[in-house]
Amino acid sequence: MTAQSNPFRSTVFRLAVAAVTVLMLAAAVIVYAIGGQANRIITQATEDAIQADAAQLRTEYASGGIDALGAIITERSRHASGALYLLVDASGRRRAGNLAERPHDIRGGARSGIFSYRLAGAIASDRSLAAGLIIDVDANGSILVVARDIENQRGLLTSIDRSLQLGLGALALLGIGVGYLLARHVLRRIDGMRRAAVAIMAGNLAGRLPLAGSGDELDRLGQQLNNMLERIERLMSGLREVSDNIAHDLKTPLNRLRNSAESALSDTRGAPAWREGLERTIEEADGLISTFNALLLIARLEAGAIEESLQVFDLAEVAGDVAELYAPVAEDRGLKLDLAMQPPIPIHANRQLVSQAIANLIDNAIKYASTATPGDLHKPIVEIAVCVENGEAVLIVADHGPGIPAADRARALKRFVRLEASRTRPGTGLGLSLVAAVAQLAHGSIRLEDNKPGLRVVLTLPLAAVPQSVAHSGTAARQWDERV
Amino acid sequence: MRVLVIEDDRDISHFVARGLKESGHTPEIASDGETGLELARSGGFDILVVDRMLPERDGLSVIQTLRAEGNRTPVLILSALGEVDDRVKGLKAGGDDYLTKPFALAELLARIEALARRSSPEESATRYTVGDLVLDRLTHKVTRGGETIPLQPREFRLLEYLMRNAGQVVTRTMLLENVWDYHFDPQTNVIDVHVSRLRSKIDKSFATPLLHTVRGAGYMIRDGAV
Repeated sequence: MTAQSNPFRSTVFRLAVAAVTVLMLAAAVIVYAIGGQANRIITQATEDAIQADAAQLRTEYASGGIDALGAIITERSRHASGALYLLVDASGRRRAGNLAERPHDIRGGARSGIFSYRLAGAIASDRSLAAGLIIDVDANGSILVVARDIENQRGLLTSIDRSLQLGLGALALLGIGVGYLLARHVLRRIDGMRRAAVAIMAGNLAGRLPLAGSGDELDRLGQQLNNMLERIERLMSGLREVSDNIAHDLKTPLNRLRNSAESALSDTRGAPAWREGLERTIEEADGLISTFNALLLIARLEAGAIEESLQVFDLAEVAGDVAELYAPVAEDRGLKLDLAMQPPIPIHANRQLVSQAIANLIDNAIKYASTATPGDLHKPIVEIAVCVENGEAVLIVADHGPGIPAADRARALKRFVRLEASRTRPGTGLGLSLVAAVAQLAHGSIRLEDNKPGLRVVLTLPLAAVPQSVAHSGTAARQWDERV
Repeated sequence: MRVLVIEDDRDISHFVARGLKESGHTPEIASDGETGLELARSGGFDILVVDRMLPERDGLSVIQTLRAEGNRTPVLILSALGEVDDRVKGLKAGGDDYLTKPFALAELLARIEALARRSSPEESATRYTVGDLVLDRLTHKVTRGGETIPLQPREFRLLEYLMRNAGQVVTRTMLLENVWDYHFDPQTNVIDVHVSRLRSKIDKSFATPLLHTVRGAGYMIRDGAV
């Protein structure tokens, strides 16, 4: 799989060859068209010259008879290059001209056309081609041949042919060569990317595709793929962390469950011990189920989209209700819940989820504030505040417990993270991550801050879009309240 | 009570049926939506327990069809937690209560009892009485042995719900859902603390306790021991 690719089989090479082929065809068409046109023009010129020549000679014959004609032909044969003449009298005798014999191979025995000739006095094998016509001079059978040598013209065509072949050959070689070099260059980069991809697939998630740094389309593609790999790696490591944590945190209760069942079975007291064991088992199982439910819920929330059950409600009112639910528990633990709110603060969200998030925050605050030794506890108060800040609904739950060190705060929002100091305390370790998921789903955010001492959680949610006039007028706000 | 359990998971349906039988009910099982719908149409059931996901016909569609035909039998929906919206969808389709799997049998039985009671005439009574404890729903007054007991609004609603289901077990989740309208697990024993406060108000200075704790299940208000 990692073998070097063959440049001759690459797309780039094939494209180069195709381009050169098309170019060659075009060149051939153009050259042939030009050659053909030139040929036609030269042929026409030759024909015109022959016709003019013939017409002139006819005039000479008309005025001076065959002798005058013979004289002028002899004269012309001497000077003219390329002009061919032959005058044969009725007896078949050669009277004048530079042709050795009358043409005998005009195709189809016609009176005009192309024929091979030999100059008078030349050796028999020295024949060339000429175009011309045979004219009957008189009724007795004297004939006049007026022709032009066309070897030059043929030579031009042949040389056009030859240079075309040469040119095309060179072009083909050049095409293949450039195609090969291009293909090798591109392939080298693609092979690099492919090798990187193979390594990544083999498990090296930190691997990235090599970039040439030129910013061309391959680089841009590689950069995009690298960004994608970056995100995948982040997701994977998040997933791995979660599964590690799940494994770690579920193993403990599962072990407890197993141990309690086992010790009940081996208890010599029999039935009463079994009952106790089973009850403990159910308790442990319930704990596990609630952990799983919380995990599932977080997963659903992170997947997003809860179409139904969104409504506009007053965050202050909901916070007040949840605080009321927890007030007796707090009191039992020597804590006071201190509420500060300025209702109504309308938000658009899932009321149950927001209630649950607030419950988790208050639950946490009570748990941690009350675990601090009384002497350490600065103030036995959990403060809950709801207000509008910078156009957003803000809920703050602050305790005076041990707090979370600044370095651990980001981690505290992740699933199953119970910071070492609190590992021994009850809870699923999912409380804050559920709050974070609810905040994210409602397009809000969560911040952990230092309450000096203690933890201060700031939950920010977008305000519901309630018409200005309604939000600002007292009566309208009440109507709105009733509607909700 | 005749209870129709429409559930395709045999383990769950038999577990539920056995529990129902042991507490004196008459269960019947349908293992797919179509059969369930036919049986439910034939009538004579006091409660339907319907699983959300069923072969042949989806649980919600069974409920919708029955409701469209005018069948008002109380329905308890069972569901494995799918989406956050599941509860809302189930209740919209015409379900009366919703229970997430896995559940405790005690929870299911308590909810079935409460559902059955909802359609009974006592539901609309203006006064609930348990022993010498009287709750007046119109004046919001609670007296025991003629002595007025002052209660906070939430304590009143808590007692009202317990008394409406007098003689029946009421679970912590049922209290959380019906008195507070919360459908989540509050982790801490918040309900126990509320109940114990209520108990200290209505039972403390009286000889016979009325508000009992049912181990492994929840609470029950009744005159006499559990």
